[in-house]
Order: sequence, then C-alpha cells, then structure tokens
Amino acid sequence: MARKISDTRRWGFTILAWGVAFLIFFPILWTILTSFKSEADAIASPPKFLFFDWTTQNYAEVQSRSPYFRHFMNSVIISVGSTLLGLLIAIPAAWSMAFQPAKRTKDLLMWMLSTKMMPAAGVLIPMYLLFRSWGLLDTRFGITVVLMLINLPIITWMLYTYFREIPSEILEAARMDGASLKNEILHVLTPMAVPGIASTLLLNVILAWNEAFWTLNLTTSKAAPLTTFIASYSSPEGLFYAKLSAASTMAIAPILILGWFSQKQLVRGLTFGAVK
Amino acid sequence: MATRHQKTLARLMVAPSVLLLLGWMIVPLAMTLWFSFQSYNLLSPGMEQFIGWTNYKYFLSDPAFWTAMQNTLLLVGGVLVITVGGGILLALLLDQPMFGQGVVRIMVIAPFFIMPTVSALVWKNMFMNPVNGLFAWLAKAVGAQPIDFLAQYPLMSIILIVAWQWLPFATLILLTALQSLDSEQMEAAEMDGAGTWAKFTHLILPHLSRAITVVILIETIFLLSVFAEILVTTNGGPGYQSTNLTYLVYSQALLQFDVGGASAGGIIAVILANIVAIFLMRMIGKTLE
Repeated sequence: MARKISDTRRWGFTILAWGVAFLIFFPILWTILTSFKSEADAIASPPKFLFFDWTTQNYAEVQSRSPYFRHFMNSVIISVGSTLLGLLIAIPAAWSMAFQPAKRTKDLLMWMLSTKMMPAAGVLIPMYLLFRSWGLLDTRFGITVVLMLINLPIITWMLYTYFREIPSEILEAARMDGASLKNEILHVLTPMAVPGIASTLLLNVILAWNEAFWTLNLTTSKAAPLTTFIASYSSPEGLFYAKLSAASTMAIAPILILGWFSQKQLVRGLTFGAVK
Repeated sequence: MATRHQKTLARLMVAPSVLLLLGWMIVPLAMTLWFSFQSYNLLSPGMEQFIGWTNYKYFLSDPAFWTAMQNTLLLVGGVLVITVGGGILLALLLDQPMFGQGVVRIMVIAPFFIMPTVSALVWKNMFMNPVNGLFAWLAKAVGAQPIDFLAQYPLMSIILIVAWQWLPFATLILLTALQSLDSEQMEAAEMDGAGTWAKFTHLILPHLSRAITVVILIETIFLLSVFAEILVTTNGGPGYQSTNLTYLVYSQALLQFDVGGASAGGIIAVILANIVAIFLMRMIGKTLE
C-alpha cells in the first residue's frame, strides 16, 4: 500500500517537473526547431511545431552571407586562448598559495576576488581609449588579454580550492622517499591536480565564450567572436527568424554540450567555493 | 618549515598574477577617476581641462541618471525576486523522487549556457515581437490584443529575459545546498509530526540561508553590469525607460563621446558595486577559515 502511494507521488512529481523543465527549455528548443524551417514556416501563424519541411538551407546561407566560420573560430581562439593564458599564470600562484601559505595568503586571495567585483562600466572608458591608442581595438590579442584578466581571479580561486584538497601528507611521504622536487611535481602532484585543472579550464572556456560586455565594446568585425556577430542581427536582419535561429544554434551548441558536463564545477567555481 | 629559498620561490610564483591584477585594477580605475574631473569630449581633442566636481554635478542632476539608477535597482531587484523565489521552488521540486531526473536537470540548467546576445534576440524576435512572436499568437488565440512588450514594458521585458538566464544558476546552487541537508534530521522532524510547511520554515529555509545569500550577492554583482541584453533589444529606450547605469555610462562615452561625464558615472557605479562587494567578501572570507 505504502509502495503504491509513493509511486503515485513519484509520477506526480515527474509530470510536474517535466512540465516546468520543458517550459524553461522551450525557447532553446524553439530556436533549434526554427533553424530547420524555411523563412515562411518560421513566421507561420499558427506556428508549426514539428510538421514542416525540414531544411538545412539556413545553415548554408548563414555561412555564405557572412564569414560565420571566422567568427566561430574567433570565439574558439579567444575563449580557449584566454583560459590557457590564465591557467599559465594562475597555476603557479594557486600552487604556492595552497602548499606554502604565507600569513598574507588569505588576504591576497580575497583581494584577487575583489578585482572581479569591479563593475565594467567603471573601467570601460580608459580601456577603450588605451586600446584605441595601442591599436588593440578589434584584435584577437587585445580581447584575449582582457578576458584573461577578468577571469584570472576565478581561475586562481578555483585552482586554489582544488589544490588545497590534495593532502600534503602525500608530499611529505614522497619527500621522505627521497623524491626530488622535479619528481615530486611530475609524478606525485600533477596527476592529482589534473582533474581540478580540467574543471577550471572547462568552466572558464564557457564563461569566456559567453562574455558579452568586453567583446561587444572592444571588437567590431575582424576579431569579433560570436557574441558580437549575433548582436549584429539585432538590426532588421533579425526578422529573418530561420537564419537568426541557425546562427544562434551554431553559437550555443558547443557550449551547451560543454556546459552539461560541467554542472558540478559550475556551482563551485561561481560561488568561489562557498557552496559545494 | 619553509626555507628562505622556498619562500622566495613561492613569492615568485604568486607575483605575475598579483602584478597583472594590480595593473588591471589600478591603472584604468585611476584613469577613470582622473577623467571624471576633466572636461573631456572625444569630439574636441586637446581641449581637456580640470573642472573639479562639475561632471558629478551634471551627472547627478541629470534626470537620465536618476531614471537609470531606478532602472538598475528595479532590474536587480526584480531578477533577484524571480530567480531566488523560483529557484527555491524549482530546487525543492527537483529534489523530489521522479523519473528522468537527469534529463530534467539538464533542461532546467540549459538557459545559463546561452550567450546573452542570443537569448536576448531570440526572446525579442521570436517571442515578444508583436506581429510574428509566439506571445502575439497566443494572445490572438485567446482573442486578446497582442502586446508590444519591448515598446510598452521595456524594463519588465528585459527583467524577464535576464531572469530566464539566471534562474538556472539560482536553482543549481540551491539544489546543491539542498542535497547536503541531513536526511536524518528530516526524518526526525517527520517523526515528531512536523508538517510540510513547518519542515520548510524551520529546517529547509534555515539550511538554505547561506546559499541564498551567496546567490543574491553573486547575482547582484553580475546584474549591476547587465549590458548586452539592453543593447540588442531596446538600446536603452524608449527614451531612458530601459537604460541602466552601465548602459548610461556606455552611451555617454561611446555614443555621445562625453568621456568626463561618463567617467563620473563609472565612478558612481564602482561605489555602488563596492557596497555589495563588501558583504559578499565577508561571506566568502568565512569559508577560508
């Protein structure tokens, strides 16, 4: 009897949860569906949900009307580049803060975090003017460096929280066994640190891919990643729903897939370890 | 015990990131502060001069500034109410026994990974458009007049779009916190005959309070800087109806070329963000103990 009630409950929750989840997910689903419609079907009234002539023509057209692939590659280069650059700088720092904490380490970490809280509006103007006079406007290098800087505190923090979980006894044991510093790092620490580094990489690629303040303000065409490119559809072009949807679907697909793999790290990374 | 050699090495390892962040924070901020006391327009280069507090006076007495302030607070407040309230409900729902929990989770989390320009444009064109949008069709289907959301209720529409993006974030964090709730405690409460509401107010809510605070503070930091959603939907309009502080600074500087005035606005934004940041830092600082 009790079993049966809990089954009813379970089905009730299942239906309710699927319903709510479907509503939340619907705009994304609708975008993906629309990307396979003809422009006429895309604005048909009543809307056509599944029964329309499926076509992949929009995807071809998006590419032929604009150098879509270049913007896509810009996004890849900028997000991966800024993350790798950030890791290169943050790994040694997080490493030494986790394993050889000084009296000031905690303050230092907090200060790093505080730089993340500076509103972009407060530094937009000098950055724009500096970029203009250095010839860095609309260059991949310039925007990569800026995205690296805005994500550096998160990268350092995430790495620090991961490194701190590596038990230092293992280090001591390795030392007792006479391992050299090089061997210690290469064979003992690195294997234990790799998962944390990978998670950090994943989350920061996602954040950089979707960053839409600096990319919109500091890039226009040549170095423009997908955020900036899609924004150009806000003009009447955006009324071509099927093409807008195709461009959007391609822009969100890779990160949606990466994102689903990184749910756990997301919580940890974005709350700076405050919620695990 | 760390040797002197090791200490030096440790410092060298930390130095690059500290120096970079120091430069990133101090140089532009100092420049903004400097510009904010200058009469400086990009259209008349070479005419810069020190004018004291004039920019601040202009900015603070500009009705656009107060509209933008009000919009900023409404935007942050509105999104927070929707995402925290909705996030608690959703987290409670997702924590229940059900079939296909993994898939449900994936669907709920998805909007967070959509780039702001895409979500804003999809909502603007495919849902809120008064002619071809889905909402217009729904309205017509029930015999109502379609609403031109972004023209009639620009700020509310933007709040809706931004809330859709941030609801997954709140849900995910609250769900994570919920799952760390001691099930023995829950069972004990049930044995004592605590009802659903009593369990919620006396056990679940206190347990979530920390996570809720974290969600509020982190979202506030990001929501103060909402920009792309406004740029691609309304351009801050009609008039200043959907201009927030970030967008006002942007339009003052890069559309009207008034570097001085915009810088004064930027400094005000920094001060606002700092007030929030102080609270957030205290919260996070505790986790380092």
